[in-house]
Amino acid sequence: MINSIYQLVSPHVFSVKYQQISREEQQVIVRPEYMAICHADQRYYRGLRNARDLAKKLPMALIHECAGTVIKDNSNTFSVGQRVVLIPNVPGDDIKGIYENYAPNSGFLSSGKDGFMRELVAINPDRVVPYDNILPSTAAITEFVSVAMHAVSRLQVLAHEYRNDFVVFGDGSLAFVVSLVLRNTFPKAKITVVGMTPKKLDLFGFVDNTYLANELPEDYRCDHAFECCGGEGSQSAISDIIAHIRPQGTIVLMGVSENPVPIFTRMVLEKGLTIVGSSRSGRADFEKAIALMSGREMQTRLSSIIQEDEPVRTIKDIHRVFETDLTTPFKTVFRWNI
Amino acid sequence: MIFGAILAGGVGSRMKIADRPKQFLPLDEKPILIHTLEKFLMCSRFEKIYIGVHEKWVLYAKDIVKKYISEPERVEIVEGGKDRNLTIMSIIEGIERDYGKSDDHIIVTHDSVRPFVSIRIIEENIDAALKYGACDTVIPATDTIVRSDDGKFITEIPERPLMYQGQTPQSFKMSLLKNTYNSLSEEQKAILTDACKILVVANIPVSLVQGDVANMKITAIEDYRVAEAMAGGEKRD
Repeated sequence: MINSIYQLVSPHVFSVKYQQISREEQQVIVRPEYMAICHADQRYYRGLRNARDLAKKLPMALIHECAGTVIKDNSNTFSVGQRVVLIPNVPGDDIKGIYENYAPNSGFLSSGKDGFMRELVAINPDRVVPYDNILPSTAAITEFVSVAMHAVSRLQVLAHEYRNDFVVFGDGSLAFVVSLVLRNTFPKAKITVVGMTPKKLDLFGFVDNTYLANELPEDYRCDHAFECCGGEGSQSAISDIIAHIRPQGTIVLMGVSENPVPIFTRMVLEKGLTIVGSSRSGRADFEKAIALMSGREMQTRLSSIIQEDEPVRTIKDIHRVFETDLTTPFKTVFRWNI
Repeated sequence: MIFGAILAGGVGSRMKIADRPKQFLPLDEKPILIHTLEKFLMCSRFEKIYIGVHEKWVLYAKDIVKKYISEPERVEIVEGGKDRNLTIMSIIEGIERDYGKSDDHIIVTHDSVRPFVSIRIIEENIDAALKYGACDTVIPATDTIVRSDDGKFITEIPERPLMYQGQTPQSFKMSLLKNTYNSLSEEQKAILTDACKILVVANIPVSLVQGDVANMKITAIEDYRVAEAMAGGEKRD
């Protein structure tokens, strides 16, 4: 069968590639139903990655956050019509103790390989996670929630046992979801969010305290911290965290920086801190995310950071959703009907 | 119930490169008809997909469906008629024989030589046929349309923004299409070039579904070359 793949060929330019997919291989064929845009997609779309990366990775279909419906399954794992979310991580070497998302030779759809902007997706059954009781427009951000799940589970494995005070630096959608997962994982802990925009911080009604970065009290202390800023905000966030974290605390870095970021290592050494990089997620994180998102309260809370744009039927509409995404502070989701 | 009706009744080839009708020519290793059928099979709303084929090619069509399709039970091959609309009527006859008559049946008719049809177009056809009773798939005309009654001089140049090019699918409430066709005189039937015209001639409204330039019809050697180039993308995952 001839499948249409909507590739970004250069910033702001899409083209359709037609490609055979075999209906007979032991793969699941999924019709994408809802998608969400990530900052990484937006950076490719706008040409904000460096020229060498763009030349190496394009043409490529964008989008790695996707919920869909099973159309056919030659592996007999899922029934036709089952709603599913797709895992963009492509497993590499299977090494005991190494997460699938960091394993050598692993890949990622929408970073060097075509993402989910396709008419149909043929994918291995172990990259497909079923869901039932979640709105498809919310299920579209499962990958995003799974990234927060992964970060928190890494902290659980690595951090010392004092887990009473957490700080999250950032006030965007990643900070929001990390805070939600923390609230759920450590119901009694005190969670503080530090951001730059009062309007965005207002949405964090479920945490104990919010502060503007320049108003964080001098004597504020936390056990562990999550950095969810990235870009130009990374440096000051990491500096503030190092200044306020208690000895032997764990700092989980989640924001993506384009350039190297200086870190005040003297203080890292003096306090005996652990710095953990956390990126992407694997199947276990997806399954935990689906379980968490199946709760009604969680869906209601997530809906406050989801903005649904009009459906995408043509390439013109793809441009529209990327433009819309620039005007909203949170997650843009859209129905895929190409 | 909703049925697919793939029209593969042609016997000739304008390609001058083949000894068989163009719907059976290979496109990236599979017959064009199979590509089209596979796309229809991706739509779970279809109860069954009927293919209308000239009597000489019925056995061949059955052979290739068996060879390439893993769920042949969703496909039925019927002998077509001597023109396009008679082939549709043969398919309707087959559907009524297998599933009985019903005013709720919907039929999505499609050229077998348009393998680049998208799931969106098929879905929107079904929705429009359910809502309006009939629909045609069209794209805005890009070339200026020139009308000439004698083939020598221009009679009229219609306003281009009002002009569209018809593609397929064309989808209908089955009973509406059949009853209207049967009510037409032989003269009216003689001027029909497609199925939507059956309703247009009878003043029955037909809604428009947005098509796609890629949903091209492979009729001449140039189209075939373009289609080969389009379908030639190698697999990469």
